[in-house]
Amino acid sequence: MSRLNVNPTRMELKRLKGRLATAIRGHKLLKDKSDEMIRRFSVLIKENKRLRDEVEKELSGCLKQFAFASGVSSRAALEKAFSMPSVKLDVKYSTDNVMSVEVPKITVNGTIGGDMPYAFAEITSEADYSVKKISEVIVKMMKLAEVEKTVAMLAAEIERNKRRVNALEHVMIPQLEETISYIRSKLDENERAATTRLMKVKTMIADRNA
Amino acid sequence: MQGETAIIGNGDSVLAFKAGGVDAYPAGDAAKARELLRKLAKTYKVVFITEDLAAELDDLISRMNEQPYPVIVPIPSENGASGYAGQKLIRHMERALGVDILFNKEER
Repeated sequence: MSRLNVNPTRMELKRLKGRLATAIRGHKLLKDKSDEMIRRFSVLIKENKRLRDEVEKELSGCLKQFAFASGVSSRAALEKAFSMPSVKLDVKYSTDNVMSVEVPKITVNGTIGGDMPYAFAEITSEADYSVKKISEVIVKMMKLAEVEKTVAMLAAEIERNKRRVNALEHVMIPQLEETISYIRSKLDENERAATTRLMKVKTMIADRNA
Repeated sequence: MQGETAIIGNGDSVLAFKAGGVDAYPAGDAAKARELLRKLAKTYKVVFITEDLAAELDDLISRMNEQPYPVIVPIPSENGASGYAGQKLIRHMERALGVDILFNKEER
């Protein structure tokens, strides 16, 4: 194990002891943070999986339907029919704080409107179904967007945090402990040396006086 | 009109989202989509992108994971889900936990 390159002095020992105490405290705090983040993550990722499955199922259904519709009508007609939105989402975008990770928070307050954006004569009725469905599924998609981003950001943060915990646990703390014990033994040795020197001097003086 | 959500996709299927109040941007190939995504990321809050294109822009999307916004969400195209999003989910999970807690039970 490597020890830090410091002078074995009492002052250095005191400083290192302080650093060790901080490192241990920090390690404990980071470990707790990691545990809590992992707990939240495992809840969120299950939610993410569920939402994604739902969205994928609903979306692929309605996109297939839309493909039929677009097959029947010309591209220009489609573009014209869909150029105006039928539904306007009332969405608030803010950020939330999950274990000091800034994550997006998307709140859908509801939808405005809900009619078909086109005249029924303009386009095939196949399109109606997909439009209606998309207006519904879009709310779920916004939720999915929020959850998925949160999961991605949490995953990155958990990884970073794990690195910090490991660095403290396996590098910083052993290094400090090693250095502290080195300084301590060095100081003890100095003290013993001083004592024996004194004893030796004492006997020498006693011999001379005798 | 400038909204806050956009969709990038290949083909006409993205047009359907216009009805949902989402601005649609068709992109034929990955290069076009990359350019679009870079531009849209500056103005939009949420950008949906079809999976087949998202798989090719993976590096760009991963880089945007540092800030809360914009949110880039892969969605299945009209050909159905390609499994890109599921793959991504597994990757995040393994990154964070080291184990797969969702899919391992379903596979054998």
